[in-house]
Amino acid sequence: MNRATPRTAASGTATPRTAASGTAASRAGAPSPRPEDSDTPLLRAEGLVKTHYGEGAPAHAVRGVDLSVRQGEFVAVTGPSGAGKSTLLHLLGGLQRPGSGSLWLDGECTDAYSEARWAVERRRRIGIVFQFFNLVSNLSVADNVELPALLAGLSPRQARTEREQLLDELGLAGKERSMPGELSGGEQQRVALARALVNHPRLLLADEPAGSLDSKGTREVTRLLSRFHQRGQTIVLVTHDARLASAADRVISFFDGRIADDAVLDTAPARGTGISGVLELRD
Amino acid sequence: MRLPLLALLARGPAHGYELKQDLEQLLGAAYPQPNVGQIYVTLGRLEKSGLIEGEEVEQSSRPNKKIYHLTDAGREALHAWYEETSDEPRVRDEFFMKLALAPRTGLADQIALINKQRREYLNTMRNLSKLAAAESRDNRISQLLIEGAMLHLQADLDWLERCQEELEELE
Repeated sequence: MNRATPRTAASGTATPRTAASGTAASRAGAPSPRPEDSDTPLLRAEGLVKTHYGEGAPAHAVRGVDLSVRQGEFVAVTGPSGAGKSTLLHLLGGLQRPGSGSLWLDGECTDAYSEARWAVERRRRIGIVFQFFNLVSNLSVADNVELPALLAGLSPRQARTEREQLLDELGLAGKERSMPGELSGGEQQRVALARALVNHPRLLLADEPAGSLDSKGTREVTRLLSRFHQRGQTIVLVTHDARLASAADRVISFFDGRIADDAVLDTAPARGTGISGVLELRD
Repeated sequence: MRLPLLALLARGPAHGYELKQDLEQLLGAAYPQPNVGQIYVTLGRLEKSGLIEGEEVEQSSRPNKKIYHLTDAGREALHAWYEETSDEPRVRDEFFMKLALAPRTGLADQIALINKQRREYLNTMRNLSKLAAAESRDNRISQLLIEGAMLHLQADLDWLERCQEELEELE
Protein backbone atom coordinates (compact mmCIF):
# COMPACT_ATOMS: atom_id res chain seq x y z
CA MET A 1 0.00 0.00 0.00
CA ASN A 2 1.33 3.40 -0.83
CA ARG A 3 1.63 5.70 2.06
CA ALA A 4 2.06 9.18 0.74
CA THR A 5 -0.27 10.24 3.52
CA PRO A 6 0.46 7.83 6.30
CA ARG A 7 -2.35 8.83 8.62
CA THR A 8 -5.04 7.97 6.13
CA ALA A 9 -3.61 4.64 5.07
CA ALA A 10 -6.18 2.58 6.90
CA SER A 11 -5.13 -1.02 6.65
CA GLY A 12 -6.67 -2.57 3.58
CA THR A 13 -10.27 -1.73 3.16
CA ALA A 14 -12.08 -3.31 0.25
CA THR A 15 -12.62 0.05 -1.40
CA PRO A 16 -11.13 0.17 -4.85
CA ARG A 17 -8.27 2.58 -4.84
CA THR A 18 -8.39 5.13 -7.55
CA ALA A 19 -5.67 7.36 -6.20
CA ALA A 20 -2.34 7.16 -8.00
CA SER A 21 -0.89 4.01 -6.63
CA GLY A 22 2.48 3.04 -5.40
CA THR A 23 5.11 5.46 -4.28
CA ALA A 24 6.94 2.26 -3.42
CA ALA A 25 6.45 0.96 -6.91
CA SER A 26 7.61 4.10 -8.68
CA ARG A 27 10.57 4.47 -6.40
CA ALA A 28 11.62 0.95 -7.24
CA GLY A 29 11.34 1.62 -10.95
CA ALA A 30 7.96 0.18 -11.82
CA PRO A 31 6.16 3.30 -12.98
CA SER A 32 3.10 1.73 -14.56
CA PRO A 33 0.06 2.15 -12.34
CA ARG A 34 -1.20 -1.09 -10.92
CA PRO A 35 -4.75 -2.15 -11.47
CA GLU A 36 -6.22 -2.05 -7.99
CA ASP A 37 -9.82 -2.91 -8.59
CA SER A 38 -11.32 -5.48 -6.30
CA ASP A 39 -11.06 -8.24 -8.92
CA THR A 40 -7.29 -8.26 -8.76
CA PRO A 41 -6.22 -10.61 -6.01
CA LEU A 42 -3.93 -9.03 -3.46
CA LEU A 43 -1.73 -12.05 -3.75
CA ARG A 44 -1.50 -14.65 -6.48
CA ALA A 45 0.90 -17.55 -6.77
CA GLU A 46 1.25 -19.92 -9.67
CA GLY A 47 3.20 -23.14 -9.72
CA LEU A 48 5.39 -22.24 -6.74
CA VAL A 49 8.13 -24.78 -6.12
CA LYS A 50 10.83 -24.73 -3.48
CA THR A 51 13.32 -27.48 -2.90
CA HIS A 52 15.90 -27.34 -0.14
CA TYR A 53 19.24 -28.79 -1.09
CA GLY A 54 21.30 -29.70 1.91
CA GLU A 55 22.95 -32.83 3.10
CA GLY A 56 21.24 -35.97 1.93
CA ALA A 57 18.30 -36.10 -0.41
CA PRO A 58 16.75 -32.82 -1.62
CA ALA A 59 13.73 -31.81 0.47
CA HIS A 60 10.71 -30.86 -1.61
CA ALA A 61 9.16 -28.30 0.71
CA VAL A 62 6.70 -26.74 -1.74
CA ARG A 63 5.70 -28.74 -4.80
CA GLY A 64 3.62 -26.71 -7.16
CA VAL A 65 1.27 -24.37 -5.32
CA ASP A 66 -1.37 -22.22 -6.96
CA LEU A 67 -2.97 -19.77 -4.60
CA SER A 68 -4.99 -16.61 -4.76
CA VAL A 69 -5.82 -14.35 -1.84
CA ARG A 70 -8.38 -11.61 -2.23
CA GLN A 71 -8.29 -8.24 -0.57
CA GLY A 72 -9.68 -8.51 2.94
CA GLU A 73 -9.48 -12.28 3.12
CA PHE A 74 -8.20 -14.15 6.15
CA VAL A 75 -6.57 -17.40 5.05
CA ALA A 76 -5.08 -20.00 7.35
CA VAL A 77 -2.67 -22.68 6.15
CA THR A 78 -2.54 -25.71 8.42
CA GLY A 79 -0.73 -28.99 8.29
CA PRO A 80 1.77 -31.15 10.13
CA SER A 81 5.22 -29.81 10.87
CA GLY A 82 7.54 -30.40 7.97
CA ALA A 83 4.70 -30.12 5.45
CA GLY A 84 6.31 -27.02 4.00
CA LYS A 85 3.80 -24.47 5.19
CA SER A 86 6.37 -22.11 6.68
CA THR A 87 8.43 -22.31 3.50
CA LEU A 88 5.30 -21.38 1.57
CA LEU A 89 4.78 -18.34 3.77
CA HIS A 90 8.41 -17.33 3.34
CA LEU A 91 7.96 -17.50 -0.42
CA LEU A 92 4.89 -15.26 -0.16
CA GLY A 93 6.86 -12.68 1.82
CA GLY A 94 9.97 -12.85 -0.35
CA LEU A 95 12.04 -14.20 2.55
CA GLN A 96 12.91 -17.12 0.29
CA ARG A 97 12.78 -17.25 -3.49
CA PRO A 98 10.98 -20.00 -5.36
CA GLY A 99 12.88 -22.49 -7.51
CA SER A 100 10.14 -22.00 -10.07
CA GLY A 101 6.73 -20.43 -10.30
CA SER A 102 5.57 -16.85 -10.06
CA LEU A 103 4.09 -14.53 -7.50
CA TRP A 104 2.00 -11.39 -8.00
CA LEU A 105 1.35 -8.71 -5.41
CA ASP A 106 -1.60 -6.47 -6.25
CA GLY A 107 -1.40 -7.75 -9.80
CA GLU A 108 2.26 -6.92 -10.08
CA CYS A 109 4.67 -9.75 -10.90
CA THR A 110 7.44 -10.00 -8.33
CA ASP A 111 9.67 -12.39 -10.26
CA ALA A 112 12.23 -9.73 -11.03
CA TYR A 113 12.26 -8.21 -7.52
CA SER A 114 15.71 -7.83 -6.00
CA GLU A 115 16.40 -8.56 -2.33
CA ALA A 116 16.42 -4.83 -1.69
CA ARG A 117 13.05 -4.44 -3.36
CA TRP A 118 11.60 -7.23 -1.24
CA ALA A 119 12.97 -5.53 1.86
CA VAL A 120 11.10 -2.38 0.86
CA GLU A 121 7.91 -4.36 0.27
CA ARG A 122 8.21 -5.96 3.69
CA ARG A 123 8.37 -2.52 5.19
CA ARG A 124 5.44 -1.12 3.23
CA ARG A 125 3.07 -3.62 1.74
CA ILE A 126 3.76 -6.72 3.80
CA GLY A 127 3.92 -7.09 7.58
CA ILE A 128 5.22 -10.31 9.10
CA VAL A 129 4.99 -11.89 12.55
CA PHE A 130 7.01 -14.95 13.51
CA GLN A 131 6.74 -17.74 16.04
CA PHE A 132 9.63 -16.47 18.15
CA PHE A 133 8.65 -12.79 17.86
CA ASN A 134 12.09 -11.73 16.52
CA LEU A 135 12.03 -8.49 18.48
CA VAL A 136 15.28 -6.56 18.81
CA SER A 137 16.24 -7.52 22.35
CA ASN A 138 18.24 -4.41 23.22
CA LEU A 139 15.58 -1.98 22.02
CA SER A 140 12.61 -0.96 24.13
CA VAL A 141 9.09 -1.97 23.15
CA ALA A 142 8.45 1.54 21.81
CA ASP A 143 11.62 1.52 19.69
CA ASN A 144 10.88 -1.92 18.32
CA VAL A 145 7.57 -0.66 17.00
CA GLU A 146 8.75 2.74 15.82
CA LEU A 147 11.85 1.51 14.01
CA PRO A 148 10.10 0.14 10.90
CA ALA A 149 7.96 3.29 10.74
CA LEU A 150 11.06 5.47 10.76
CA LEU A 151 12.71 3.25 8.17
CA ALA A 152 9.63 3.68 6.00
CA GLY A 153 10.07 7.42 6.11
CA LEU A 154 7.69 8.59 8.83
CA SER A 155 8.74 11.52 10.95
CA PRO A 156 9.64 10.65 14.55
CA ARG A 157 6.44 12.32 15.66
CA GLN A 158 4.28 10.37 13.26
CA ALA A 159 6.04 7.16 14.25
CA ARG A 160 5.35 7.87 17.89
CA THR A 161 1.71 8.57 17.26
CA GLU A 162 1.33 5.33 15.31
CA ARG A 163 3.13 3.40 18.00
CA GLU A 164 1.04 4.87 20.81
CA GLN A 165 -2.15 4.05 18.98
CA LEU A 166 -1.17 0.46 18.28
CA LEU A 167 0.22 -0.35 21.71
CA ASP A 168 -2.89 1.08 23.25
CA GLU A 169 -5.05 -0.97 20.95
CA LEU A 170 -3.10 -4.12 21.77
CA GLY A 171 -3.40 -3.60 25.50
CA LEU A 172 0.27 -2.70 25.94
CA ALA A 173 -0.06 0.87 27.12
CA GLY A 174 2.41 1.40 29.95
CA LYS A 175 4.84 -1.18 28.56
CA GLU A 176 6.55 1.08 26.03
CA ARG A 177 9.72 1.45 28.06
CA SER A 178 10.01 -2.25 28.88
CA MET A 179 12.59 -4.39 27.17
CA PRO A 180 11.26 -7.41 25.24
CA GLY A 181 12.89 -9.81 27.70
CA GLU A 182 10.80 -8.39 30.53
CA LEU A 183 7.54 -9.30 28.82
CA SER A 184 5.60 -12.55 28.70
CA GLY A 185 5.48 -14.48 25.43
CA GLY A 186 1.96 -13.26 24.75
CA GLU A 187 2.99 -9.66 25.30
CA GLN A 188 6.05 -10.02 23.08
CA GLN A 189 3.88 -11.39 20.31
CA ARG A 190 1.57 -8.41 20.65
CA VAL A 191 4.56 -6.09 20.32
CA ALA A 192 5.60 -8.03 17.22
CA LEU A 193 2.07 -7.59 15.87
CA ALA A 194 2.26 -3.84 16.49
CA ARG A 195 5.59 -3.72 14.68
CA ALA A 196 4.18 -5.66 11.73
CA LEU A 197 1.16 -3.36 11.46
CA VAL A 198 2.76 0.01 12.12
CA ASN A 199 3.14 0.78 8.41
CA HIS A 200 -0.42 -0.35 7.60
CA PRO A 201 0.65 -3.14 5.27
CA ARG A 202 -1.89 -4.41 2.79
CA LEU A 203 -0.93 -7.95 3.67
CA LEU A 204 -0.14 -9.43 7.06
CA LEU A 205 1.76 -12.73 7.05
CA ALA A 206 1.89 -14.70 10.30
CA ASP A 207 4.13 -17.72 10.73
CA GLU A 208 2.95 -19.84 13.70
CA PRO A 209 2.21 -16.70 15.74
CA ALA A 210 0.90 -18.83 18.61
CA GLY A 211 3.53 -21.52 18.25
CA SER A 212 5.36 -20.60 21.42
CA LEU A 213 2.37 -19.39 23.42
CA ASP A 214 0.20 -21.19 25.93
CA SER A 215 -3.53 -21.66 25.53
CA LYS A 216 -4.34 -18.25 26.95
CA GLY A 217 -1.79 -16.50 24.74
CA THR A 218 -3.17 -18.35 21.73
CA ARG A 219 -6.64 -17.09 22.50
CA GLU A 220 -5.35 -13.57 22.77
CA VAL A 221 -3.57 -13.70 19.40
CA THR A 222 -6.65 -15.26 17.82
CA ARG A 223 -8.84 -12.49 19.14
CA LEU A 224 -6.50 -9.75 17.92
CA LEU A 225 -6.05 -11.18 14.43
CA SER A 226 -9.84 -11.49 14.15
CA ARG A 227 -10.26 -7.91 15.22
CA PHE A 228 -7.80 -6.57 12.62
CA HIS A 229 -9.38 -8.80 10.01
CA GLN A 230 -12.81 -7.40 10.77
CA ARG A 231 -11.44 -3.98 9.94
CA GLY A 232 -10.36 -5.19 6.55
CA GLN A 233 -6.82 -6.44 7.14
CA THR A 234 -5.82 -9.17 4.70
CA ILE A 235 -4.09 -11.97 6.58
CA VAL A 236 -2.31 -15.16 5.58
CA LEU A 237 -1.56 -17.28 8.60
CA VAL A 238 0.42 -20.49 8.96
CA THR A 239 -0.47 -22.50 12.03
CA HIS A 240 -0.86 -26.00 13.35
CA ASP A 241 -3.35 -24.70 15.88
CA ALA A 242 -6.89 -25.38 14.75
CA ARG A 243 -8.38 -22.85 17.12
CA LEU A 244 -6.32 -20.14 15.53
CA ALA A 245 -7.03 -21.48 12.04
CA SER A 246 -10.77 -21.45 12.62
CA ALA A 247 -10.68 -17.68 13.05
CA ALA A 248 -9.93 -17.49 9.31
CA ASP A 249 -12.53 -17.39 6.52
CA ARG A 250 -10.69 -20.00 4.61
CA VAL A 251 -8.50 -22.90 5.69
CA ILE A 252 -5.97 -24.52 3.41
CA SER A 253 -4.72 -27.94 4.47
CA PHE A 254 -1.15 -28.39 3.45
CA PHE A 255 0.41 -31.84 3.23
CA ASP A 256 3.74 -32.77 1.82
CA GLY A 257 4.28 -29.52 -0.05
CA ARG A 258 0.87 -29.47 -1.67
CA ILE A 259 -2.60 -28.11 -1.03
CA ALA A 260 -4.73 -31.07 0.03
CA ASP A 261 -7.89 -29.10 0.73
CA ASP A 262 -9.01 -25.50 0.44
CA ALA A 263 -12.15 -24.88 2.47
CA VAL A 264 -14.21 -21.75 2.94
CA LEU A 265 -15.63 -21.81 6.46
CA ASP A 266 -19.18 -20.93 7.41
CA THR A 267 -19.80 -17.28 7.73
CA ALA A 268 -23.31 -17.86 8.96
CA PRO A 269 -23.94 -17.32 12.65
CA ALA A 270 -23.50 -20.29 14.94
CA ARG A 271 -25.69 -23.20 13.95
CA GLY A 272 -27.11 -25.57 16.50
CA THR A 273 -25.93 -29.03 15.57
CA GLY A 274 -22.15 -28.90 15.76
CA ILE A 275 -21.81 -26.91 18.93
CA SER A 276 -24.61 -28.15 21.09
CA GLY A 277 -23.30 -31.67 20.64
CA VAL A 278 -19.82 -30.68 21.65
CA LEU A 279 -21.02 -28.78 24.66
CA GLU A 280 -23.60 -31.26 25.78
CA LEU A 281 -23.28 -31.88 29.49
CA ARG A 282 -24.51 -35.33 30.17
CA ASP A 283 -25.73 -36.88 33.33
CA MET B 1 -29.01 -33.34 34.45
CA ARG B 2 -29.83 -35.25 37.69
CA LEU B 3 -26.62 -34.65 39.55
CA PRO B 4 -26.14 -31.01 38.56
CA LEU B 5 -29.63 -30.34 39.92
CA LEU B 6 -28.78 -32.12 43.15
CA ALA B 7 -25.59 -30.07 43.35
CA LEU B 8 -27.54 -26.85 42.94
CA LEU B 9 -29.76 -27.89 45.84
CA ALA B 10 -26.80 -28.56 48.14
CA ARG B 11 -26.72 -24.91 49.19
CA GLY B 12 -30.36 -24.83 50.17
CA PRO B 13 -33.96 -25.35 48.97
CA ALA B 14 -35.10 -23.88 45.67
CA HIS B 15 -37.92 -24.20 43.17
CA GLY B 16 -37.63 -25.36 39.58
CA TYR B 17 -37.48 -21.97 37.94
CA GLU B 18 -34.76 -20.79 40.31
CA LEU B 19 -32.69 -23.84 39.38
CA LYS B 20 -33.05 -23.04 35.70
CA GLN B 21 -31.86 -19.51 36.35
CA ASP B 22 -28.93 -20.74 38.44
CA LEU B 23 -27.83 -23.00 35.60
CA GLU B 24 -28.11 -20.24 33.04
CA GLN B 25 -26.15 -17.85 35.17
CA LEU B 26 -23.42 -20.38 35.85
CA LEU B 27 -22.92 -21.65 32.34
CA GLY B 28 -23.92 -18.65 30.28
CA ALA B 29 -24.25 -18.92 26.54
CA ALA B 30 -21.99 -21.96 26.44
CA TYR B 31 -24.76 -24.21 27.54
CA PRO B 32 -27.79 -24.79 25.33
CA GLN B 33 -30.61 -23.15 27.25
CA PRO B 34 -31.88 -25.61 29.85
CA ASN B 35 -35.43 -26.48 29.05
CA VAL B 36 -37.63 -25.72 32.02
CA GLY B 37 -39.89 -28.67 31.26
CA GLN B 38 -36.93 -30.99 31.33
CA ILE B 39 -35.93 -29.59 34.69
CA TYR B 40 -39.38 -30.25 36.16
CA VAL B 41 -39.38 -33.79 34.78
CA THR B 42 -35.97 -34.47 36.30
CA LEU B 43 -37.02 -33.00 39.62
CA GLY B 44 -40.04 -35.32 39.59
CA ARG B 45 -37.79 -38.31 39.02
CA LEU B 46 -35.38 -37.26 41.73
CA GLU B 47 -38.27 -36.93 44.14
CA LYS B 48 -39.59 -40.35 43.20
CA SER B 49 -36.23 -41.94 43.90
CA GLY B 50 -36.09 -40.22 47.28
CA LEU B 51 -33.11 -37.99 46.61
CA ILE B 52 -35.07 -34.76 47.06
CA GLU B 53 -38.35 -33.76 48.65
CA GLY B 54 -40.77 -31.12 47.48
CA GLU B 55 -43.04 -28.93 49.54
CA GLU B 56 -45.98 -27.10 48.08
CA VAL B 57 -45.98 -23.43 48.91
CA GLU B 58 -49.13 -21.44 48.43
CA GLN B 59 -48.94 -18.24 46.49
CA SER B 60 -51.72 -15.70 46.62
CA SER B 61 -51.98 -14.65 42.99
CA ARG B 62 -50.33 -17.58 41.24
CA PRO B 63 -50.55 -21.37 41.32
CA ASN B 64 -48.66 -23.10 44.09
CA LYS B 65 -44.96 -23.65 43.62
CA LYS B 66 -42.95 -26.53 44.85
CA ILE B 67 -39.80 -25.94 46.81
CA TYR B 68 -37.33 -28.79 46.78
CA HIS B 69 -34.64 -29.74 49.25
CA LEU B 70 -32.05 -32.50 49.38
CA THR B 71 -32.75 -35.61 51.44
CA ASP B 72 -30.00 -37.53 53.24
CA ALA B 73 -30.00 -40.02 50.37
CA GLY B 74 -29.60 -37.10 47.96
CA ARG B 75 -26.65 -35.73 49.88
CA GLU B 76 -25.17 -39.23 49.87
CA ALA B 77 -25.57 -39.48 46.09
CA LEU B 78 -23.87 -36.12 45.69
CA HIS B 79 -20.94 -37.20 47.87
CA ALA B 80 -20.57 -40.34 45.77
CA TRP B 81 -20.59 -38.18 42.63
CA TYR B 82 -17.68 -36.13 43.89
CA GLU B 83 -15.85 -39.25 45.07
CA GLU B 84 -15.63 -40.90 41.68
CA THR B 85 -13.52 -39.61 38.82
CA SER B 86 -15.28 -38.99 35.53
CA ASP B 87 -14.93 -41.11 32.39
CA GLU B 88 -12.45 -40.09 29.72
CA PRO B 89 -13.89 -38.49 26.61
CA ARG B 90 -14.20 -40.98 23.79
CA VAL B 91 -12.59 -40.97 20.39
CA ARG B 92 -14.99 -40.08 17.59
CA ASP B 93 -15.68 -43.72 17.02
CA GLU B 94 -18.28 -43.43 14.31
CA PHE B 95 -15.96 -41.52 12.05
CA PHE B 96 -13.16 -43.91 12.86
CA MET B 97 -15.21 -46.91 11.75
CA LYS B 98 -16.14 -45.15 8.52
CA LEU B 99 -12.50 -44.43 7.85
CA ALA B 100 -11.29 -47.89 8.77
CA LEU B 101 -13.88 -49.63 6.62
CA ALA B 102 -13.76 -47.28 3.62
CA PRO B 103 -11.24 -49.29 1.54
CA ARG B 104 -13.24 -52.50 1.97
CA THR B 105 -16.49 -50.96 0.86
CA GLY B 106 -15.00 -49.15 -2.10
CA LEU B 107 -17.66 -46.52 -1.41
CA ALA B 108 -15.50 -43.68 -0.17
CA ASP B 109 -11.97 -42.36 -0.47
CA GLN B 110 -10.22 -42.10 2.88
CA ILE B 111 -8.53 -38.78 2.18
CA ALA B 112 -11.79 -37.28 0.93
CA LEU B 113 -13.47 -38.51 4.13
CA ILE B 114 -10.80 -36.88 6.25
CA ASN B 115 -11.07 -33.60 4.35
CA LYS B 116 -14.83 -33.57 4.75
CA GLN B 117 -14.62 -34.33 8.44
CA ARG B 118 -11.98 -31.64 8.92
CA ARG B 119 -14.25 -29.03 7.35
CA GLU B 120 -17.00 -30.03 9.73
CA TYR B 121 -14.73 -29.76 12.79
CA LEU B 122 -13.27 -26.45 11.63
CA ASN B 123 -16.73 -25.00 11.25
CA THR B 124 -17.67 -26.18 14.71
CA MET B 125 -14.43 -24.71 16.03
CA ARG B 126 -15.29 -21.43 14.37
CA ASN B 127 -18.71 -21.44 15.96
CA LEU B 128 -17.18 -22.13 19.34
CA SER B 129 -14.82 -19.17 18.86
CA LYS B 130 -17.81 -16.98 18.07
CA LEU B 131 -19.60 -18.26 21.12
CA ALA B 132 -16.57 -17.48 23.28
CA ALA B 133 -16.37 -14.00 21.79
CA ALA B 134 -20.06 -13.39 22.43
CA GLU B 135 -19.94 -14.62 26.01
CA SER B 136 -18.90 -12.23 28.72
CA ARG B 137 -15.20 -12.60 29.47
CA ASP B 138 -16.06 -12.38 33.16
CA ASN B 139 -18.02 -15.59 33.09
CA ARG B 140 -15.04 -17.81 33.68
CA ILE B 141 -16.99 -21.04 34.01
CA SER B 142 -18.68 -20.49 30.68
CA GLN B 143 -15.40 -19.50 29.01
CA LEU B 144 -13.67 -22.56 30.41
CA LEU B 145 -16.42 -24.82 29.14
CA ILE B 146 -16.04 -23.42 25.63
CA GLU B 147 -12.26 -23.61 25.83
CA GLY B 148 -12.50 -27.24 26.92
CA ALA B 149 -14.68 -28.05 23.93
CA MET B 150 -12.20 -26.27 21.66
CA LEU B 151 -9.23 -28.15 23.03
CA HIS B 152 -11.02 -31.48 22.54
CA LEU B 153 -11.82 -30.51 18.99
CA GLN B 154 -8.23 -29.44 18.50
CA ALA B 155 -7.15 -32.94 19.53
CA ASP B 156 -9.61 -34.45 17.06
CA LEU B 157 -8.21 -32.24 14.31
CA ASP B 158 -4.63 -33.17 15.20
CA TRP B 159 -5.65 -36.78 15.02
CA LEU B 160 -7.24 -36.29 11.58
CA GLU B 161 -3.96 -34.78 10.48
CA ARG B 162 -2.11 -37.87 11.69
CA CYS B 163 -4.56 -40.10 9.81
CA GLN B 164 -3.98 -38.08 6.67
CA GLU B 165 -0.20 -38.21 7.01
CA GLU B 166 -0.20 -41.97 7.46
CA LEU B 167 -2.80 -42.80 4.86
CA GLU B 168 -1.40 -40.50 2.18
CA GLU B 169 1.89 -42.35 2.34
CA LEU B 170 0.10 -45.53 1.37
CA GLU B 171 -1.41 -44.04 -1.74
